[in-house]
Amino acid sequence: MAENPSVPQQTTPSRRRFSWGAWLILGGVLVLLAVLGIGVIRVQRGVQVGDPIPPELTLHTFDGKTYRLGDMKGRVVLINFWASWCVPCEEEAPYLQRAWEHFQAREDVIFLGLAWTDTDDKARAYLKRFGITYPNGPDLGTRWAQVFRIRGVPETYVLDREGRLAYIKIGPFESAQEIIEAIYQVLGER
Amino acid sequence: MRRWLAMVSLLMLVLSVAPPVRAETPTPLPPPPGTVTDDQVNAVAKKLYCPVCENIPLDTCGTKACEEWRELIRRKLAEGWTEEQILDYFVERYGERVLAQPRPKGVHTLVYVLPPVFIVAGVFILWRTLKTWRTLKEEAEPEAPAVAAQDLPEDPYLRQLEEELRNRL
Repeated sequence: MAENPSVPQQTTPSRRRFSWGAWLILGGVLVLLAVLGIGVIRVQRGVQVGDPIPPELTLHTFDGKTYRLGDMKGRVVLINFWASWCVPCEEEAPYLQRAWEHFQAREDVIFLGLAWTDTDDKARAYLKRFGITYPNGPDLGTRWAQVFRIRGVPETYVLDREGRLAYIKIGPFESAQEIIEAIYQVLGER
Repeated sequence: MRRWLAMVSLLMLVLSVAPPVRAETPTPLPPPPGTVTDDQVNAVAKKLYCPVCENIPLDTCGTKACEEWRELIRRKLAEGWTEEQILDYFVERYGERVLAQPRPKGVHTLVYVLPPVFIVAGVFILWRTLKTWRTLKEEAEPEAPAVAAQDLPEDPYLRQLEEELRNRL
């Protein structure tokens, strides 16, 4: 039986191959997604106990002094984020000052206060109001806040003698004793 | 009594003849020189976001922190600072993230570069896909094969019928 020429032959579609341009676009999108994903994970993770804190972080205090974290190796550093408009910060401010007075004579403990998203005059007025004497300054460019990924104020972080994060307190301290205990714990004296 | 009535009548007559007094809304007094209006403050504030209350522009945010920031803007404007100087000050103090529109510098350049790149890439991919579909469709529908004259029937009616059937395939 002769094949009918009028019947169209079934053609098998040739297997399509991606061009280099398509691979390039796909690769670019994947790289971008990976970068975004890593960024999101880092933001959500924040800093954790044991993480080293960048030594280049520098505090320029309201009274014109400069404190670089890298220069404080060998000392336990308490870093407190606060703001003049923050009511819980007002509650813990006297406790922090009392705890600072407890350790002030020691060379191996230092407190640093960082005014977060605050205006200079209000921040200065706050420090005067609570009689705070340990070094305090604005968190310029919110660089410190970005390193610690803070979510609000007050938040307090204590670094050990090696510059690693050793203690985290989210929210206000409820007594000076709580702060003192935390510092002794990091010093390894309790 | 008569005199009293006459006075009241005269007063009513005067009032009825007197032109009506038009109630006018008082025009607001211009601000004294050197003071800064809320509109001027908000014109700068709407270009800023406070990190405390995310996704709310500074000109509409009601928190105390934002209130203080608006006061700061007012003071800077009163001191003669330009909008650009104030924005620079806020970036220096509180970081680039306070800007409503990030500046095209560093990694922020991607915000301006990526959307057009994605649009162009999307149009290109769409064009390529449509072109491929069209080619596949053309391959799947081969032209009707040419018919040799000797294959056609001799009867003119049948010949025409055959031709039309072939054309329809």
